[in-house]
Amino acid sequence: MIRFLLLFSRQGKLRLQKWFTPLSDREKKKVIRDMTTLVLPRPPRSSNFLQWRDLKIVYKRYASLYFCVGLEEQDNELLALEVLHRYVELLDKYFGNVCELDIIFNFEKAYFILDEFLLGGEVLETSKFAVGATMEEADTLQETMEEYMSKRAY
Amino acid sequence: MSDVVEKTLTALPSLLSLDSQPGSAKLSSTSKLGNLIRGITELTSKHEEEKLIQRELSSIKEQVSSPNTTMRQMKELMVRTIYCEMLGYEASFSYIHAIKLAQQGTVLEKRVGYLAVSLFLNESHELLLLLVNTVLKDLQSTNLIEVCMALTVVSQMFPKDMIPAILPLVEEKLNHPKEIIRRKAVLALYKFYLIAPNQVQHIHNKFRKALCDKDPGVMTASLHIYLQLIQENPEGYKDLTASFVTILKQVVGGKLPMDFNYHSVPAPWLQIQLLRILSLLGKNDQSTSEIMHEVLDESLRRAEMNHNITYAILYECVKCIYTIHPKSDLLEKAAKCIGNFVLSPKINLKYLGLKALTYVVQQDPKLALQHQMTIIECLDHPDLIIKRETLELLFRITNAQNVTVIVEKMLEFLRISGDDHTTIDLVGKVAELAEKYAPDNEWFIETMNTVFSVGGDMMQPDIPNSFLKLLSEGFDSVEEDRKLRLFAVNSYISLLQGTPGKLPQRFLQVISWVLGEYSHLREDLEAAVVLRLLARLLDMKNCSSETKSWVLTAMTKLCEGGSGVSVAQQVSETYSSSLDTVLRQRAQELQYLSQDSELRARVLPRGAGLEPVEVDSSLSFLDGFVSEALAAGAAPYKPPHQRQEELAGTKALSLEPYGLSLPISMSSCSITDRQSPTLLSMSSGLSGDSTDLSHKGGSATLKLDGVKRVWGREGYLSQKEPVEEPAQVEVPSPLRSPSQQGEADSSHSQTPTPTPTPESDQEKQQLASSLFVGLGSQSSVCLMGKSEPTAQRFRRKAKGHSTASSPSEQISNSVVSPHSAVDNLLCNNLLDSNITSELALSSPELTSQPSPGLTTTNGTCDTEAELPDSDIKESEPAVIRDNSVVATDPAPHEAPDRPKDLCLTSHLPAELSGLSHSEISHLCTNQSLELSACHVQKEDSLLLVVFITNSSDSAAQQILVQVDSEELEVSCVCDSPVEEVSSHSVTVCQYSLTVKRPAVHIEVVGMVSYQLANGTSQSAQFSYKLPLTSFIRPLTVSTEEYGTMWLAFSHDTKQNLTLISDSQEPLTATLNVLKRKLQLHVVEIIGMEGIVACRVLQDQPCLMHCRVHAGTLAVWLRSPIPDLPDCLIYHCQRALQGH
Repeated sequence: MIRFLLLFSRQGKLRLQKWFTPLSDREKKKVIRDMTTLVLPRPPRSSNFLQWRDLKIVYKRYASLYFCVGLEEQDNELLALEVLHRYVELLDKYFGNVCELDIIFNFEKAYFILDEFLLGGEVLETSKFAVGATMEEADTLQETMEEYMSKRAY
Repeated sequence: MSDVVEKTLTALPSLLSLDSQPGSAKLSSTSKLGNLIRGITELTSKHEEEKLIQRELSSIKEQVSSPNTTMRQMKELMVRTIYCEMLGYEASFSYIHAIKLAQQGTVLEKRVGYLAVSLFLNESHELLLLLVNTVLKDLQSTNLIEVCMALTVVSQMFPKDMIPAILPLVEEKLNHPKEIIRRKAVLALYKFYLIAPNQVQHIHNKFRKALCDKDPGVMTASLHIYLQLIQENPEGYKDLTASFVTILKQVVGGKLPMDFNYHSVPAPWLQIQLLRILSLLGKNDQSTSEIMHEVLDESLRRAEMNHNITYAILYECVKCIYTIHPKSDLLEKAAKCIGNFVLSPKINLKYLGLKALTYVVQQDPKLALQHQMTIIECLDHPDLIIKRETLELLFRITNAQNVTVIVEKMLEFLRISGDDHTTIDLVGKVAELAEKYAPDNEWFIETMNTVFSVGGDMMQPDIPNSFLKLLSEGFDSVEEDRKLRLFAVNSYISLLQGTPGKLPQRFLQVISWVLGEYSHLREDLEAAVVLRLLARLLDMKNCSSETKSWVLTAMTKLCEGGSGVSVAQQVSETYSSSLDTVLRQRAQELQYLSQDSELRARVLPRGAGLEPVEVDSSLSFLDGFVSEALAAGAAPYKPPHQRQEELAGTKALSLEPYGLSLPISMSSCSITDRQSPTLLSMSSGLSGDSTDLSHKGGSATLKLDGVKRVWGREGYLSQKEPVEEPAQVEVPSPLRSPSQQGEADSSHSQTPTPTPTPESDQEKQQLASSLFVGLGSQSSVCLMGKSEPTAQRFRRKAKGHSTASSPSEQISNSVVSPHSAVDNLLCNNLLDSNITSELALSSPELTSQPSPGLTTTNGTCDTEAELPDSDIKESEPAVIRDNSVVATDPAPHEAPDRPKDLCLTSHLPAELSGLSHSEISHLCTNQSLELSACHVQKEDSLLLVVFITNSSDSAAQQILVQVDSEELEVSCVCDSPVEEVSSHSVTVCQYSLTVKRPAVHIEVVGMVSYQLANGTSQSAQFSYKLPLTSFIRPLTVSTEEYGTMWLAFSHDTKQNLTLISDSQEPLTATLNVLKRKLQLHVVEIIGMEGIVACRVLQDQPCLMHCRVHAGTLAVWLRSPIPDLPDCLIYHCQRALQGH
């Protein structure tokens, strides 16, 4: 099971956080700090895996953004790497050539996509098509509602 | 409304197609969030950012609490709040508004509300209760999106207690026409299963329906539940094997819709999930494994594309193949696969390859040999995780020949790694290896010194504990013991003469104990010198008070002779006014004992570490004092947990008193008759109550949280070497040239420090030969799993030797019951050891042929560890050191006893013959009369059967057998006592035993008196010992009953036990061992916790609460009977050690 997923920038700024097990705020902050200090200084061409306490950390850098998950002992690191990749693909499909700014300004969308993809630390939907469809449904709704609301306002 | 939505949904795709990118990033340049974000990026200092955010938050706060804010604005505000929280600023004022938004908003606002809730709150937050109603409402909504959102939020976080409220609704969703809803419902149920398994027990058959769902997504989701269920109980789901295999076949065959493909690999997540399930099902089960061989082969074949995801599948495949019942051609292919991984230039794959190699190397050490050069390269890899994994691999293949090199490598790594978790883990491993395979004293002590200095105060308390135990118990040769101890003393003296200020506290404690105990071994050393060195430690400012009390205790042992006494007096004066009560007491003790050498000799006899100290753990000697105090109006004593329970109402304290710090754990160990080096006479006076002690310990060990326990009390593990090991013959590996071999062989007498450089192949080859020495020969033997083929240096002395002279067992004519047949039936391990002793008996010539170069591991390992229920007076004292083999003599009286056993068995009363009984043991002989006894386990009682054999020609008359025990209620079963035993016949008396006062081992003493034919009266005494375990019966209670009983019981004890970690489900495995060996009843297992109940005859209940915590099993026992928890925990420890 995935314990947490963090997105942070090269400067160590947190862009997205998802915790799949309950943690206190202090612990969360500690994890975030440790992750950035561990992952950011890694030299290029080292492995994408790290050991942190009793967790396996798998991270990958996409452009200026680091995607980082904490795994339990029995989880498969390579698979987690592909989970990250699939998430990036989903973001890419949704935003169209996604960049860090998309995620900064529309982080709630990134969360919604994540919620359709991972649930409770497990992969919920492996079909790229289905996640996209669910997001689309919600978005269409948003468009219509927004139209509807703005009309009403006048 | 939802109809409208549905219609719009269907109508809209055309509208959407106008917009080329449906969700295209609207950079919200004008939005408030956009402004905030841009504002922050423009700032230069952290301080400015803080000011800006605080301003932002206060404006948000104002707006959210204004009644005029619409939900739409609220949504926007909430997004900004989420952003602020992400930056690390607290906005708890908004939590309630997030819930309100989820409750009152329209679909989209609701969505943001739910998102905010799931980001702000966690499962235990009290505000979450307010969400329950909203979730209920949304679950019943006709709008699919609302249902989806509700399901998402419940599977992310939901208060455990409220699950029943929504469970029927979620269950209903399993039949929903939309597959996305079904899928989410399945995952929600999975989540419920994880946090409250008993709540979803009744819907197991619905899971089966989900497994057969026509939508592959729903089926995939249900596999999460199945993986969990099968992990807990593989037996219950064997019937599904064929279905899983069929599914996997279809997936591998590409029968799923295309959109499940990931980079043209069909549903990789699904494949991996299935492979994991199959490996659980096929473990140790040949017939089930055979079903899956074909599909595994297919998976291996299909996964040939060069992509990460196929490697991930291959890795799981390989693991599965090595887990299930082996099939040679599959193994071959898997081995090839691992080879490809290891040799891959891609670092991620190399890592995975090493991991796979570590996993399989115990079954197939040859594989490590094949890749030795790669392993050597990885050992010097710049990436730490590769190095770390390599060490893990080396750890698995360590033997007596390569131990020095491997330990050297591990210590090297320890010095560069700054990570606490790694340090703790590795230090434990080094200590384990050192204890198991140390080639000589010098190396052992020096390695342990490094362990203590590097491990510092983080390491597991077991390490110093076990080290001191090893020193104090010694081995089979007195001379060796003396040398080792002397070496330790020398080494410590020189350390103290250097700069002891840098040494960690734990190490100082070890040093002071050893010096206190053994510095007299060095004859040229005056006690006063040692005393001065120790006194110097006291003056160091970083010396903790715990260490000080160790030092003072050591000084108390040493203070003799004129100058010594004066040092002692000086120190005790300083500390007798210390604020720390423990130190003050130590100082007082030091003062008095240094003045009165006679008293000191009595209290602290030299070498007392060997003697078990009897401790009255019930503190009955205080009873008088207590009743006096009570009479005088004092409040009755409440155990800490009770006090805390009362407190808990007002304060939410974390009630985690598990775990013991070093000296405390030692003292609580010795309560259970373990020979611990601490001075119990002292520590028992430390505090009035043992539970109090353990509670105090809890806080001290907190820092070890999250530490994987790698070797628990492995001092014992190391002793349970398999016995039937064939002699190990050295087969030189093809890589080794004769000269290298020579070096490798001598590597255990010195510490070679090869520092291989990538340039020099020669050196690498050398390193390889020293690392992989002994592996080739091992491979033939090792297929059965982890086994230690070589004799061990620090073989602990069988405990029987020391207990024989212990004061607690001054039995003149006692025969301890040998391990009972019942126990043999109950537990396989015991059976093994039984075979062992018979082997040794029947074929002494087999073991008594010493041949040089042959390493025979003989059968007599520490029987105490393996036979929890018996002492071992009758086991043959084998003396085996290193590579020499000494013949073992069967105990002289054993052989003649054997045939008698058989004939006595036939005298067992008919009604008992069907029941299991212990071995019949000889009690005493007096002239012509011989007494033997055994015990018989009945469901509700334990019978002691005494056989009186008259081997003379005349009858013995007026026979009177009296049986009594302090701990037991003894009642005679026969109506008329035996009066007479005619010549050459056997008479049987039966006594029913029930426990009055529990003890670890229960002793029955008795006397037989009779008259011979010539009128002379005779009498003889005997004693019989039996373990408490014979009295334990399962107690079948429900969880509710358990709950009420738990609160009612007042006596308790807590301890951490070793967790059997080699299985998938350590808790279940551990509890099953306890259940099997001790006949406990497992009431329920919930997640990481389990509750267990048993009773001791007659009807003395004891409850046990177990929790997996930081890699150990934290157990808490409660019972209405004072000593029962302590005794039971002892047997639990034994049972798990023997495992």
